[in-house]
Formats: sequence, C-alpha cells, structure tokens
Amino acid sequence: MDKEQKPLDLAALRERLKASNGREYWRSLEELAQTPEFEEYLHREFPEQASMWDSAVDRRGFLRLMGASLALAGLGACTTQPLEKVIPYVRPPEHLIPGKPLFFTTAMTLGGRAIGLLAESHMGRPTKIEGNPSHPASLGPTDAFSQASVLSLYDPDRAQVVSQRGRIRSWSAFQLALSSEVAGFKNNGGRGLRLLTESVSSPTLQAQIQDWLKLYPQARWHQWEPVHQDSRVQGTRQIYGRALNFFHRLDQARVVVSLGSDLLCEPVTGVRDAGDFAQRRRIGDPAKPEMNRLYVIESTVSNTGSVADHRLAVKPSEIEPFANALLEALQSGSESTGGARSTAADTDKHQRWIAVVARDLAAHRGESLVVAGDHETAHVHALAHRMNSLLGNIGKTVVFAETPEPAPAVMTDSMRQLTGDMAGGRVDTLVIIGSNPVYTAPADLGFAQHLGKVRLKVHMSPYVDETSRLCDWHLPQTHFLEEWSDARAFDGTATIVQPLIQPLFQGISPHELLAVLSGPPQSTHDIVRSYWQKSRPGPDFERFWVKSLNDGVIEGTQYAEMQPAATTAAGDQTGQPSAVSRQQPPARDASTLEIIFRPDPSIYDGRFANNAWLQELPKPLTKLTWDNAVLCSPALAERLELANEDVVELQYRGRKVKGAIWIVPGHADGCVTVHLGYGREAGGRVVEGLGFNAYSLRTADSPWSGSGLVVKKTGERYPLACTQGHWSLEGRTNVRSGTLARFREDPDFAHAAAAHHPPASLYPEYDYRGENAWGMTIDLTACLGCNACVVACQAENNVPVVGKVEVARQREMHWLRIDRYYTGSLDNPEVVHQPMLCQHCEKAPCEVVCPVAATVHSSEGLNEMVYNRCVGTRYCSNNCPYKVRRFNFLQYSDQSSPSLQLLHNPDVTVRDRGVMEKCTYCVQRISAARIEAKKEDRPIRDGEVVTACQAACPTQAIVFGNINDPNSKVAKLKKLPLNYGVLEEELNTRPRTTYLAGLKNPNPELESET
Amino acid sequence: MQIFHRSFNTISKASIVGLVLLLVAIGAAATAMFRSPYATRATEPITQPVPFSHKHHVNGLGVDCRYCHTTVETAAFADIPPIETCMSCHSQIWVDSPMLEPVRRSFRTGEPLEWVRVHDLPDFVYFDHSIHVNKGVGCVTCHGQVDQMPLTWQQNSLYMEWCLECHRQPEAFVRPRDKVFDMTWQPPRDQLALGRKLVKDYKIRSLTDCTTCHR
Repeated sequence: MDKEQKPLDLAALRERLKASNGREYWRSLEELAQTPEFEEYLHREFPEQASMWDSAVDRRGFLRLMGASLALAGLGACTTQPLEKVIPYVRPPEHLIPGKPLFFTTAMTLGGRAIGLLAESHMGRPTKIEGNPSHPASLGPTDAFSQASVLSLYDPDRAQVVSQRGRIRSWSAFQLALSSEVAGFKNNGGRGLRLLTESVSSPTLQAQIQDWLKLYPQARWHQWEPVHQDSRVQGTRQIYGRALNFFHRLDQARVVVSLGSDLLCEPVTGVRDAGDFAQRRRIGDPAKPEMNRLYVIESTVSNTGSVADHRLAVKPSEIEPFANALLEALQSGSESTGGARSTAADTDKHQRWIAVVARDLAAHRGESLVVAGDHETAHVHALAHRMNSLLGNIGKTVVFAETPEPAPAVMTDSMRQLTGDMAGGRVDTLVIIGSNPVYTAPADLGFAQHLGKVRLKVHMSPYVDETSRLCDWHLPQTHFLEEWSDARAFDGTATIVQPLIQPLFQGISPHELLAVLSGPPQSTHDIVRSYWQKSRPGPDFERFWVKSLNDGVIEGTQYAEMQPAATTAAGDQTGQPSAVSRQQPPARDASTLEIIFRPDPSIYDGRFANNAWLQELPKPLTKLTWDNAVLCSPALAERLELANEDVVELQYRGRKVKGAIWIVPGHADGCVTVHLGYGREAGGRVVEGLGFNAYSLRTADSPWSGSGLVVKKTGERYPLACTQGHWSLEGRTNVRSGTLARFREDPDFAHAAAAHHPPASLYPEYDYRGENAWGMTIDLTACLGCNACVVACQAENNVPVVGKVEVARQREMHWLRIDRYYTGSLDNPEVVHQPMLCQHCEKAPCEVVCPVAATVHSSEGLNEMVYNRCVGTRYCSNNCPYKVRRFNFLQYSDQSSPSLQLLHNPDVTVRDRGVMEKCTYCVQRISAARIEAKKEDRPIRDGEVVTACQAACPTQAIVFGNINDPNSKVAKLKKLPLNYGVLEEELNTRPRTTYLAGLKNPNPELESET
Repeated sequence: MQIFHRSFNTISKASIVGLVLLLVAIGAAATAMFRSPYATRATEPITQPVPFSHKHHVNGLGVDCRYCHTTVETAAFADIPPIETCMSCHSQIWVDSPMLEPVRRSFRTGEPLEWVRVHDLPDFVYFDHSIHVNKGVGCVTCHGQVDQMPLTWQQNSLYMEWCLECHRQPEAFVRPRDKVFDMTWQPPRDQLALGRKLVKDYKIRSLTDCTTCHR
C-alpha cells in the first residue's frame, strides 16, 4: 500500500451525494468513490495480500512440503491420545462443583468511578466479566473496558517483581529500605514527603491517606489523572461555591442537549446513562410511538453524536459561545428568536439551531437535560448548570449529592503544584501509586525533567512503564481481581472489590503500600475489613460483611441527595461571564487550526495499551485498530490536499509530533482530533511502537483543546489498519433507517424499498416445530456502537487477536463486528451502527457448499460449525453473503504463554490454524440452560439463555430467545413492523438474526438542515 | 510375435482382482484395528498411583457410586473424590496399609494425588454426566460393570459412532431412573417397549445436532 495515493476527489463525492435521491448508505470514502483499491477488496474474498505467498520457501520447496504432508497427514490420525492426568483436590473448597462456574461480585474503577461486576470463575480462574444487576452503575450490562479487564489480569507483560533500579529485590527488602526513610520523616513531620495517586474512589484508601496525612502533617497528597474531570469540579465551584457531585437521570429526560459530551459512551458512567437513555429511546407501543430527542453539539466525532437526532459540528472554541447563546435564548424566553444578541454564534445556521433547541428545551421544563462534556471548559459546565436550573431540571434529571469524602482535587492544579515543588527542590521523597505521570503529565510542566531532582522515587504500577524507568523502586501493582479493596459508584454506592485469585505476579496493593508508609504492614483484607467494621460497629458485622459481598453493593452508602443553592445571584438574567466569574481562556485565533485531545476510545489514557483485545477493537467511528491517527474533516483534508495515511507534522506551541491523517466524515472543520494513549516507549510487548504520543503536545492550561496548530504535510506515508472496508456486502442495502414521523405515517416503511416476493427455495424445508427455535433481534435505534458486545464475544468465545499486520490483510477474527454506515452529506452525515454476526440463516448458503459437512443445520435452527471436521476450504466464507465467517489463517490462539491459558473459557473449543469459525449464538450457554431445564423437566424459560453480546449491551439492543414461543421477548419484537432481515428479500436466506430499523426523532423545525 | 506367455492373461487378471481384494483387505484391517481395543485402549487396565479397586469398594463393600462421584447428578463432571473422601474411611480402617501411604501422604502434605484418566474424551467433546444420569442412562451402560474391575479400565471405544448408537435410538439403552446406579440391572427381554415408555415419560429427545456435544 506504499504506492502514492492520490487524495480522493471529495468535491465530486459531494456532488454525487447531492445528486443521489433516496437514502444511500456508505461505509467509507473509498467505497463512495469506488476507488480501484476498494473494488479490489470487494471482488476478492480476501484482499490481495491474503493469498500472497510471502514465505521464504520457493514453489518447488512448497510442493515438496505439500507432498510430504499429504503422505503423512493420514498417519496423524493413527496416534492414540496421550494419557491425561486427573488431579482432585485434597480438601475441596466450599461451594465448588468442578466444571460449574461460580460468580463473585466485585467492581472495577476507572477515572475514580466504579462499575459493579460479576466475575465468572472456573475452578478459581476468572474468565469472564458480567455486570452486576444490583449495582446502580451497571444494572447488568458493562462496557468494553470491564469486559477486557480479564485479559489485563493474565497479561504476561505485567510487572512481576519488586525492583530497585532494574535489579530484582523483594517486598521485604523494600519495606526495610523504606522504614529507615520513614524514621527520618518522623522528626520533621514529613516535610518533602509526597504522595501522587490517581483519583481515589476507595473509601478505605481515602481514609488511609487521611490518616497518613495526620501522621505527617507536612507531607502532601497530589492527584493526577490525564483524563481528569477538572471542569466538572470547577464548574460546580463557579456556580455553587464548592465542588459538588452530580449525576444525570436520562430516563426522566425527553429532550437532551449535549455540549460536547459523549455521555452515552463515557467509560463506566456511560453504561447506566445509555441504559436510561435507551428506555426513552425505544418507541414503546408501536401504535403510539414516543421517543426522546437528543441534540449534540461537538467538535470531534463521538458515539453520542452518532446517535443524535441533530448534531452540529463546531470548532472547540465555538462551543462556549454557543452555550452562552443558548442560555441567553432560554432566559429571553422561548418566544423570541433567541441568540439574537449572541456575539459568537454568528452564522444563520447556528442561530436557527439555538432558537429551535431553546424552544424545545423550554417546552420540556423538568423533563429536559443539558449536559456539558468532561472535556469542555469549566465555564461550559457552569452554563449547563444554569440552564438546568432555569429549566427546573435540578432534582429531576440532574441530581446533586453530598459526598462524605473530601471533594475531588483539581488535578491540573495538583500536578502543577507538585512539579513546581519538584523544580524548587522541595520534594525529597515521592511515592507514585498507579499513575504514569512521566508519560501523561502535561508537556509544559516538565515532570520527567524535574523528577531527577527528587532524591527517592517509588513507583507502583501494573507495568514497568515510562515512569518506572526513571524511579528508584518499582512495585508491581495488583489487578482488581487479585486483591481486596472497595470503590464508590457515581452515586456513592460502595462495593467491596472482592479478589477472585491470588496475585499472579507477586503484586502488592495500594492499601498495603499505604499501610507500610504509615506503620506496620497489614494484609489488604484486614485493612478493608477493619475500615468497614469501624463504620458498622455492632455484633452483626459478619452478616453485614457477607451480605455486602454477596450483593456487590453496600446498603446505605449512596450519597444523600441535596438541593444546591447557587452562590451567584439566582435572579441574574444576563448569563454573562460576570455572573459566572472565570478567567479568560487563552485567546484563540480564528484563522489557525485547533487541536482536540481525547482519551482513546479503545485504550483510554494509555493504561489499556497492552491489552490486545482493546488494541484490536475497531474504534467506534473510525474503525481503526492498533494505532491512533490525526482525525480531520473531509473539507480540511481537501484544503490541505491530504489523503488517508499521509503523515503530517503537528506543530503546536513549540512542540511537534508526527502522525498519520485519517479523514472522518462529520468531524468539525478547522480542527483535528488526536487520541491520547499511543506512542508508548515502555509498558509491555504490545504497546511499544504503535501510533504517536499526543501527550507530548498537551499543556496544562488547555488540556482538551487549543488553537494555534499548524499541520504540515511531510510526504511520508504510514499504513493504518482500518477495518471499515473489510467484509463489504457489495452495494446491498443492509441498514434501514427512518424517522419517527415517517414511522407514524407508514409503519411498514422498512419494507417499502424491497420488493417482497414470496420466498421459494430449491432446498428441502427443515422442521422447526420442536420445543425451541433460537432467534435474535438487534435494535438499530438503540445501538450506540459502543463495542461492549464485541469484546464480550471475544472473551466468551476464546476469539484470538491477530495483530496489526494481519488486520491489514483483513484477517481479524471478531465473530461480531459493528458496521458503521453513513448516510447524507459528507460533512455531517447521519450514522447507523449495525452489529453484524452470523445470521443463522434457515437457508444458509454456507452449508450447501461445505465438502466435508463441517457446517450443518441444527434442529433448533442454529447454523453449526464443527471445528473438528473443518478442513479449511473456505468455501463457506466465500458463499456467505453477510461475510461473518472467520478463518484461522495462522496459529492465532496463543497456546504457549502459561498465564494466558488460564483465560480461556473451558466451555468453548480453542481453535487451531486452518479452521473456520463464526458466531454460534453462544451455544455453550444454550446447552447449559437446556440441561438445567431438562433436569427440572420444564421448558427453557424466556431470558434464561442470554448470549454474551446481549448480556454486555448497555442499551439492551440485542435480544435473544425462542421464536417458537409467541410470548418470548424476541418473538414479540420480530412481529414489529420495523423488523427486517438483511438480504432476506434479495437472497431468501431467512436469517434468524433480524434487525429493527433505526429510528431518529428529528425536530421538524430543523429537519431541512439535515 | 508373442512376447508374453498365454498364462500371463490369467496372471494379470488374477493380479488385478488380487490387488482390489488386497486393498479391501487392508482397508478392512485398518478399520478393524481402528475400532479394536489396541487403538481405543478399551479393556486395558490402567496403572494408578494407588491400585484402587472398584470391585472391592463397590461389589465387596457396597459403596454407592455417588459416595465418591458426588456431582454426577448435578454437573458435567462426575468428580474424582478429593483425598478427604478417601480419608473419611481410611483414617479409621487400614490406617497402616503401605498401599495407602500415597493417600495419607497427600492428606498430610496437601499435595494432591495424580490419577491417570481412564475415560478421556477428546477436548472438543463436551459431555455432561448429569443430564445422562437424569434421563435414565445407567453407569454400566457406558462404563461397563465397574464393580467387576479390580483396576479400572475403559469398557467401550468412546468413539462418536458408539455415542450415536444411543443418541439415535435411546429406547434401546435407557433404564428406569431408580436403576441408574444399579450395577447388576439387566435389560428386560422387551427393552424396546420399556425404552419407548421411558423415552416418553422422561421426555428424552434424540439429540444428534453437532452442537449437542461439539462447540
């Protein structure tokens, strides 16, 4: 792919899109332009490289090998199985039945907020994560990060030993070394002693740190998290005088306005928000359909933006004026045109937008919600609070709550103070827990440079990373599945983080380290337990403890709701910055480009960089894997004559970095987005050498966006592994979508386009009148494209990763992919996400072409794949119109790393090279449910079989069940007029997986704009 | 001119027929060998770290299968008893037997005993004991008369064709639920009639879908 690629003629594409009548769906610009590269992808089952012979063996050698293997192939079957051992327990653990999984409640924390989980344990090995239905942040589903956390647990690259400047030491040697240090600090009250942590959600750890601070009054505690919520903290401070905790109730909101917030897909909190949102999103009774409405104003592309009814792409600097104008319009009453006095929202389009949105909001007082993004300025947050207050939403859709722990720190200030003190030589000993500040700290603070002035540096982290290399001691940190702890959810609900396995790599928990810092060593279990014992004195503590562990939530720990009182004059009607005092943002020059920093959708701030599941997960809108890129709008690419994969140099405030361009339809013009977390120099085999380091441009004063960016074309090219053109379904209409208004008019609109002819088939009919016939529906209205299902499927079904080179050859193994379709204009297209998996056709084209009957039909309608019969002809994949079959071209499943063997789901075969595989509808779960039901002599209940993707889906877009039972949820959904089968009319495949056409609820007043 | 003698006509015909017969014979022999105990290891007693005798415990002492194989009715795996179970008797009887020293050592040290698997299905087969036991498949049907085995061996080939004999025609093999653990139960003369009734009563389905066992 190194050949010079001409930039696409985007102007021509625009013309074409304008000329096309009706809805045209496209997945990539190349597809739209019908470039030769794309045509090649399309017409070959596997792209060029897949069938290329790139081995050192020549043709003759190959034939010789083939002959020999053919001759020897039969002999392989003659060997008898080797004798296997069976090793029973000496004394079996309680409750354990060999072969039956146990589920334990626990919780995972990210960015200071926890999501309650159920971890599945097979004979003591955690293998799969599900959400805890009783935990408020989950209610059952999960996000992609928690799904992937089991892989991080078994990651063989994790730090495995305590080390001092690279030499292996022991934990007791560290304690000995530390105790002599600590003695010195006893005398001076801890002057020069500093602790740096990430945001702390554990009440126990909070208490430990507070006790430690009491012991050393001169010591300081700093916090740093690159994906911080400083604006959130500062926003409430501006309005209410102090930092307050607040969260949203999207199930109460009928109109939602997002000011740059990806609220539905925020890590951890997005799970609950998306679930609540989907409740209002589903049409409910098809006779009287109702839907909420979502307006999104954003600069970069996000999942929330992709499902919005109206999305406005503006430069980051325009969001604040926009919010100002919206508040003004609300204050001046819904009758006025609104925004007339606005200074910055200067175009007609923006003004109309503001007026319409303000009217819609005002019409839904108490049922509307304005959400400011964590990555917007504090002022935008303050404005959002004012708007919600004005609309009477406080206490209804926005809930404020008291927190018992001290208010969260403004992390940028905390970090600035620390680096300042380090530079001034005021830091003698620095203990860093969990964070990787050398890599993530703002570039202008020079953390790495000043770290050298600190005498003793101790770093605790899961990996030996950039920071560890500059520190004196490194301590391996435990994974949350290895050690006790506790964590609070967004609403304060505390959960005991329960370990499922002994630390695999001699890890040490932060609690243990804190204990050693302030006194004698203690076990983590004792620390956590004694904290809760103190808070629950009394004889029935044991019962409380067991109940808390069993439920996964601790009763009565939610924050108390409160009505915040604004310190700024409530009657203030101007909404001008005088009312919400603030420092002026750095002046932004409209003529230069702006840069947007965002956590990576797959690897977050870089902490998941060594997780191959997440690295290979196609990022929701770009479908890139294994890399970050410089995302820009088609218009900008056109102006700068840039094509995808062109390497550009980003020059920003005197710093430079090189990255490859990726054109993203819908990106705001005049700005580019870079994702954090790539360009790592240490931290595992997977991370190194991928992408570029966006942190190297990021400064403390404008952490999320800034102007003054110069983009320079270098003429180099960098290959990106993007999956969006893979598995294309040649020009066939797979997605159907419409609007609520259209649905009201014509409920059958989803079937209008296709000529419905009575299906006739040459193949014999199967008899499906048995007890069960499995089927699935996927609601395209509810699907956000958040990727939780993709990782859940990977974890459940032992799906291997293949690596960047293999992804580029279109050999990724995901059984479930999410196709992202665009429709509409190039600059702000509508998006439809479509999860695509084996459709389990009743007339499956793959079955009839298999020469060895390795793919056959089951009596319950499953399209079965028998790995042991498969000889790898790939005919089935060739004949599959949905392109959902995956072939093991190489030995992808890792069968050599010992720790990774523990990860596998024992109920699913681990596939070898040369075998075809695909979605099985989680047949292992069906089997388990069938056996249980038959033992109890009853039919399988609806909802008893839950596929892995369905269980993980935050919006419950995926529903699975028995279609022979007319009362099952799935059978009812299949009766909806929105229900359609992909290619059903064209090919008569009669897929068991069907889709509910996507609906949006645009505002008629704005409809002409989209 | 004749190069070959006339008899070559007969010889060539005979050798063509002979070759075909030879190939058939080789094929038949290979098949027979594939199914023979030589390949399947059936009826071959397996040496264990402790020469545990089912014959003595089951036939001699009358211990029920489920005393040791506790999860056979509830889980896929019938369970190999933990050492604790052995010691529940052997802390009282035969406490000095040298034969049982590995058991006592394991109990003392916590180091488990490593038994050799007698019935080892391939890893791509997912067999579940509990459902078979619940549907009236007797232990003896698959494992043979374990109560007559001083050292345990595998009675049947465990080949798929063997599994399918029953999966295709369960009525020929099932027995009343209360006879599942009975070592001496003999199928009645009219097993098919009884089988048909049980199949109906126990709602036994002939499951021959691939994913019943492979996934």
